[in-house]
Amino acid sequence: MKSVFTFLASLLMVGSVLAQEVAPDTLIKNVTNEVLEIVRKDKDIQSGNTRKAVELVEAKVLPYFNFTRMTQLALARDWRKASVTQQKALTEEFRELLVRTYSKALTEYKSQTIDFKPFSLKPGETDARIRTEIRQAGGKPIQLDYYLEKAGANWKVYDIEVSGVSLVTNYRETFASAISKDGIDGLIKVLQDKNKSGEASSVKK
Amino acid sequence: MRINKPMSASLRSLTVALFAIGVLSGCATSGNSKDPIEGFNRAMFAFNEGLDSAIIKPVAKGYDAVLPSPVQTGVTNFFGNISDVFIGVNNLLQGKLPEAVNDFGRFAINTTVGLLGVLDIATEAGLQKHDEDFGQTFGRWGVGNGAYVVLPVFGPRTARDTVGLVLDMAADPVTNVDHVPTRNSLVVLRLIDKRANLLPADKVIEEAALDKYSYMRDAYLQNRRSLIHDGNAPRDVEAEAEQVDRPATAEAGSSSPSAAVDSPVAADGVLLVHAVVTDTK
Repeated sequence: MKSVFTFLASLLMVGSVLAQEVAPDTLIKNVTNEVLEIVRKDKDIQSGNTRKAVELVEAKVLPYFNFTRMTQLALARDWRKASVTQQKALTEEFRELLVRTYSKALTEYKSQTIDFKPFSLKPGETDARIRTEIRQAGGKPIQLDYYLEKAGANWKVYDIEVSGVSLVTNYRETFASAISKDGIDGLIKVLQDKNKSGEASSVKK
Repeated sequence: MRINKPMSASLRSLTVALFAIGVLSGCATSGNSKDPIEGFNRAMFAFNEGLDSAIIKPVAKGYDAVLPSPVQTGVTNFFGNISDVFIGVNNLLQGKLPEAVNDFGRFAINTTVGLLGVLDIATEAGLQKHDEDFGQTFGRWGVGNGAYVVLPVFGPRTARDTVGLVLDMAADPVTNVDHVPTRNSLVVLRLIDKRANLLPADKVIEEAALDKYSYMRDAYLQNRRSLIHDGNAPRDVEAEAEQVDRPATAEAGSSSPSAAVDSPVAADGVLLVHAVVTDTK
């Protein structure tokens, strides 16, 4: 009897957690709208201040990204060859590269509108693809898809595809060839150098 | 319009010559099965980059600076309208009748109400613009990529898409204009307009790429794969994720998922060339 009670109680708790969850499509919509709203008003970002865009991305977008998973996907089976310390270093550097790239793209934002495609989540699903389209004058809409995975109660983005090009797996061949040449540490070095030069040019700007 | 025989014939022999060179120089390989002539491709990529930064990009920047953006949109729309007919033909060849009807409808509306295509009324009326070419049609029919190859001026292609390109050009109304000065002006204008549209993508790619050559290559392949599936290519990340968690069963980078000419972040854009002649958008 008691165990039935515990079971029901836990069901109730699960229920209340579910109620608080933000659905993945709502999450993407909210974050997109919030970020674009800020960019539309921010003359610095519009005129190419990557640094300011990075700050915005770090505050508003990063909490919803799973960089460990991204790094793992980009390294594919090489991930297992890396020590825990190396995995941490790789994730850290890759995160910086992706954030800067994403921020750079934000500075190029003009007045395009984002169209959110219909989405429905089947109960129990832990993987979701949220499809959006960037509409712009004079061209075919650009497909922009977010892949999210549910970890605990929260959905986190683990990949972004632009016109079918994954920002994560597109690095796979580059990473693999860097590793086959100079090992995991070689790749870490390549990423560090790239980030240093990227950082330097964003300061100049 | 008549088919411009000399043009496509010379292109074909050029292609054959390129493959020959590629095969001969095939020793410079990286062991990447998708890119067996990487040594040759890298050289050609460097050549195209040089051409772009010396001539095409500066002109595109000037064009972008001088022309008000509604005018640029009009130019883009004009060439886009011309290409809609062949997009429709390719949709027919792929058995996508509703899409083809959509494309022909776009052409009819935009050519008339849209003042020879300068205004894209059809999009506002709910007829979406598509992106098709002969390379995609072959892909749809089940033809594989073949080797990746970087063509001079035209940029990244696969062997299949190179054949597609030859047909695209043979069918291209612009390269078939009889009056040579007009034809050349139109080809150049289209190229510059296309390149100008890709200017924002440049900076993002510079920021993103560790090795621009391989970044562009993989983006091209991912984008083409996506286009062939009309944006619904099966995702292979999951399969690959399993490889991460399990001891290696297959090779890791087996995805040839695909970048787009006209996306802000995406990549292959920059290669002027993809843009240039095929330009079936």
